[in-house]
Amino acid sequence: MNKLNEKIKLKINNKVIEVEKGITVLEAAKYAQIKIPTLCKHEDLHPTGACGICVVKVEGMKKLVRACTTPAENGMSITTHDAELHEVRKNVIELILSRHPNECLTCLRNGSCELQKFAEEFGIREKFFKPMVLEKPKDLSTRAIVVDSKKCIGCGRCVEVCQNIQQVWALEFINRGFEMRIAPAGDILLADSPCIKCGQCSAHCPVGALIEYEETDKVWGALRNNDLYPVAQIAPAVRVAFGESFDLPPGTITTKKIYALLKSIGFKAVFDTNFGADLTIMEEGTEFYERYNNNPEKLPLITSCCPSWVDYLEKYYPDLIENFSTAKSPHQMVGVLSKTYFAEKNKIDPAKIFMVSIMPCTAKKYEISRTDEMFASGYQDVDVSITTRELVRIANSGGIDFVNLPEEECDEILGKYTGAGTIFGVTGGVMEAAIRTAYYLFTKEKLKEIELNEIRGLKGIKTGVIKLNGKEIKVAVAHGVGNIKEVLDQVREAKIKKQKQPYDFIEVMACYGGCIAGGGQPYQVSNKLRTQRTEGIYKDDRQQPIRYSFENPMIKKLYEEYLEKPLSVKSHKLLHTKYKARPIYYK
Amino acid sequence: MNLKYLYVWESDKKKNLYNTLVKKITSKNLDDKVKVLSTKYIGITGKKSIIKIMPENITYTNFNETEDIDKIIDSHFINNKVLDEFIYITDNKFAKVKEKDKYYKQLRIVLRNSGYIDPENINDYLARDGYKALEKALFKMTPTDVIEEIKKSGLRGRGGAGFPTGKKWEITKNVQSDIKYVVCNADEGDPGAYMDRSVLEGDPYSVIEGMTICAYAVGAQYGYIYVRAEYPLAIKRLQMAIDKANEMGLLGNNILNTKFSFNIEIRLGAGAFVCGEETALIASIEGKRGMPRPRPPFPAISGLWGKPTVINNVETWANIPVIIIKGSQWFSSIGTETSKGTKVFALTGKIKYPGLIEVPMGTTIREIVFDIGGGILNNKKIKAVQTGGPSGGVIPEEYLDLPIDYESLQKIGSMMGSGGMIVMDEDDCMIDVAKFYLQFTVDESCGKCAPCRIGGKQLLEILKAISSGKAEEDDITRLKRISFAMKNASLCGLGQSAPNPVISTLKYFEHEYIEHIRDKKCKTGKCKDLITYTINQEKCIGCGACALRCPAGAISGEKRKPHNIDQLKCIKCGECYLTCKFNAINKL
Repeated sequence: MNKLNEKIKLKINNKVIEVEKGITVLEAAKYAQIKIPTLCKHEDLHPTGACGICVVKVEGMKKLVRACTTPAENGMSITTHDAELHEVRKNVIELILSRHPNECLTCLRNGSCELQKFAEEFGIREKFFKPMVLEKPKDLSTRAIVVDSKKCIGCGRCVEVCQNIQQVWALEFINRGFEMRIAPAGDILLADSPCIKCGQCSAHCPVGALIEYEETDKVWGALRNNDLYPVAQIAPAVRVAFGESFDLPPGTITTKKIYALLKSIGFKAVFDTNFGADLTIMEEGTEFYERYNNNPEKLPLITSCCPSWVDYLEKYYPDLIENFSTAKSPHQMVGVLSKTYFAEKNKIDPAKIFMVSIMPCTAKKYEISRTDEMFASGYQDVDVSITTRELVRIANSGGIDFVNLPEEECDEILGKYTGAGTIFGVTGGVMEAAIRTAYYLFTKEKLKEIELNEIRGLKGIKTGVIKLNGKEIKVAVAHGVGNIKEVLDQVREAKIKKQKQPYDFIEVMACYGGCIAGGGQPYQVSNKLRTQRTEGIYKDDRQQPIRYSFENPMIKKLYEEYLEKPLSVKSHKLLHTKYKARPIYYK
Repeated sequence: MNLKYLYVWESDKKKNLYNTLVKKITSKNLDDKVKVLSTKYIGITGKKSIIKIMPENITYTNFNETEDIDKIIDSHFINNKVLDEFIYITDNKFAKVKEKDKYYKQLRIVLRNSGYIDPENINDYLARDGYKALEKALFKMTPTDVIEEIKKSGLRGRGGAGFPTGKKWEITKNVQSDIKYVVCNADEGDPGAYMDRSVLEGDPYSVIEGMTICAYAVGAQYGYIYVRAEYPLAIKRLQMAIDKANEMGLLGNNILNTKFSFNIEIRLGAGAFVCGEETALIASIEGKRGMPRPRPPFPAISGLWGKPTVINNVETWANIPVIIIKGSQWFSSIGTETSKGTKVFALTGKIKYPGLIEVPMGTTIREIVFDIGGGILNNKKIKAVQTGGPSGGVIPEEYLDLPIDYESLQKIGSMMGSGGMIVMDEDDCMIDVAKFYLQFTVDESCGKCAPCRIGGKQLLEILKAISSGKAEEDDITRLKRISFAMKNASLCGLGQSAPNPVISTLKYFEHEYIEHIRDKKCKTGKCKDLITYTINQEKCIGCGACALRCPAGAISGEKRKPHNIDQLKCIKCGECYLTCKFNAINKL
């Protein structure tokens, strides 16, 4: 076995460097500050070697090798750039361009496209090879993610993330040779496939072949319509990633600038999903307390804030539906309350309220019309859900100088949030927030050590034991569907064998790292970026004067004035939902 | 009394003779004396009906399957008289026909048993030193000895790239792993190639024995034979051979009562050419989409299910037992400096005696074409020889005296490949040839990497444009640039070698490309779109024969007066040209 930290020496472009054993030539070059162009390689994913742009010369090898997949070895001598390699790369890029439609101007990725960048850098000014585009209509069936395989460059990132990270297996390479493209197996519609709309494919696609279902026009339409009362809410994870698109360092908290942005483009009231998160904790925390004391056979309780995960459960684990928290996700709670409580209090016709959710997520687009419970107010509770990336476009076209925008506060009564609400955006956060409140419910005391480091961080499955009044609560946190599967299989096994359950409370988020790395967040996600955004979220938590959901004065007020208490009849009607088994394939 | 074997040559299209013979033998009460066997390889081809009787090695050909059969059976089996009338070659006539004989200049190592044994009878194999090699390896040699012997023999992989077999085994042997695999690549897919199929159908045991010896040497427990489903007879015989070897303790647990155990299973391929690429083959055995992955790591270190895996092709495996028995010194005495042993070729094209041949490495192409293949059909002029199938290139006449080995072929832009060899004469158009191979690789590309997926299609489209007169001179630059990108940036051997037919034809026959592009002419007439048929008004007598034959109704004219061809309607089928008895049709 390799010894840890074993060093090797190699020469890159005649410069000797020392690197750790086990890394690839591409990574070694990075150490030497040399940038090898790559198109199919994504920092998050296992390299597939599909594009052929990262080829380099290794002394003693007859053929060029791919830097992304070739392990760096002691004594290697590598040339990463010369005129011949440039010619190979340029020709390959030109070939890819010949199969790619000339639609840059109307493409969602115009300006953020990785292929476009190379076409520019390599000085490709004409299509020397004859265009041969594979015409295929877009698949809009999910209304969350759009598959435009005409633009696909076959890099395989989406398949890699869908099959190996998420283990959903919705996307596959179909056909062979030139006809090869990405689609669900059997070339069915994405909506009829196992797809859970997590959007990780769209966050990793280098071009415009997999994109979010764009709904910015709907937002502008609502803002233009004087009959409507447009309101908006922003999710926890949006505030620490949004600034990246305006050259702010990842993790910068831009909450109040986003409020200001939304107000300046015409929203009449701006709420915060973090308020909904606090409310979710009240409902879910109480739900846990109830189950633990009165219905222990319905444990473990599994969180339900993540719509991708809900879809996955309904498809793959319908036998665990009774373990699912019935609490709606935070933005749905804010949505329904905006058209009931807020409308009544401010005497606004709920029919005129147009709720826009700004989410790090593509699955929320699917969630807003998922079941009848999403219309609990009598209207569609959330009218449109847009991603962080879509809001960036709205801001840019709205003429907003975001960085210099003066901060503004958000609107009463669905805005004030606690530190517990904000950490919903990161893996482990829902659990941590829930424990802060559950501790109080169990012990009538406030938890002192409120930062639960054992369930923080990027480890795929995190477990821990929380001591509450002499009781031991076993918790698990899983993120990335592949990891969730592992935990759920343990639960299922215990259930079938009628054994003691390994956990009492489980938090799940379909995207690796949690919502901060959701499918609707700005591009170029990597573990470094995940960590930076996570730090931003925890900083926001620390900055809040109140860090327990049950202490949120507005939550208290809401219960006093309107909902009575958690899990009341009214709460159930407005804030809870139902689940049903769904087929994995519809055809 | 000794049992005689009556081998019947049958192709896929031709299947009746076997049944006729079985019935005849039964009706003449010869069942206990003669066993009828069907074979696809009998040593000669190009004849209508062929049967061969063993052990006396007498071949009868060109007889009438209904009328002459009785005569042959009665004479040979009942009267014990060889019937000279239909005899092809017998061992005792060998000296006399040596000059014309196809075996002249051939050396059969891989095909040593094919056609000589009943492939469904293990006793035949055992009688010809079968399993002696395994016995020798197990009881007289250590695993290291075996690997040393193979290394010293100089045997290189016969699948195309020519990696030293012993070195490959050694790498796998030196990797620490609880499980190791040995795989036989029998996914033969080059158009026109059937070397592996002949070995599997004619001598399945030698492959199994070779794999078993390797498993002993590298410490593998499991083996797979990946064979394409289009080879039903090969699959049937392989399975029979595996079952029989298991039954006799030559395979399975505790082979020959030693502690060594090795099990082989057959895996069927669905006929994707790229699955002959070793990493795609591994993916396919694992049940995944047959797509290659980047190497390194090489399968010898991390292959099937991440375990060290030796993959060799059928021909390589068939060499192993002989090397172990006869020794590395014997083997390395055959061939050239860098390439040892023999190579089997499927010789086809414009040649008098097409068929499967096995020659020592270093034999020249001229010897193969003219001495073994009998020269060009209809005494036309040779133009080029294509080797290596879709991965290889064309070799022009000037290189005919080149001794064949891995390096020499590569040096002139072709490659050994798995052993297809197509001879072309002056009637063959090089653009047409390149187009044919590109069509094949475009169809067979898995689509994973951009250079092969898009580049191959681009090359094909340009070649189509050239052969239909729609190309421009820039297209030659395009061909060169695309080929360059594919060769250097494709992920696997398929894509890296796919442009070889274009590169080599461009290198040796660029003038033909220019003729097609600039003059819109194809001298060979192969590119139909570039031909114009016209009627010579002076020669035409107006008989109307051509108009009658024309399927497109493109020819018109009054009786006894010169006719005309409507170029818009003409589909260039050439019927008029063949019909006219007065040479009045011009083909330009």
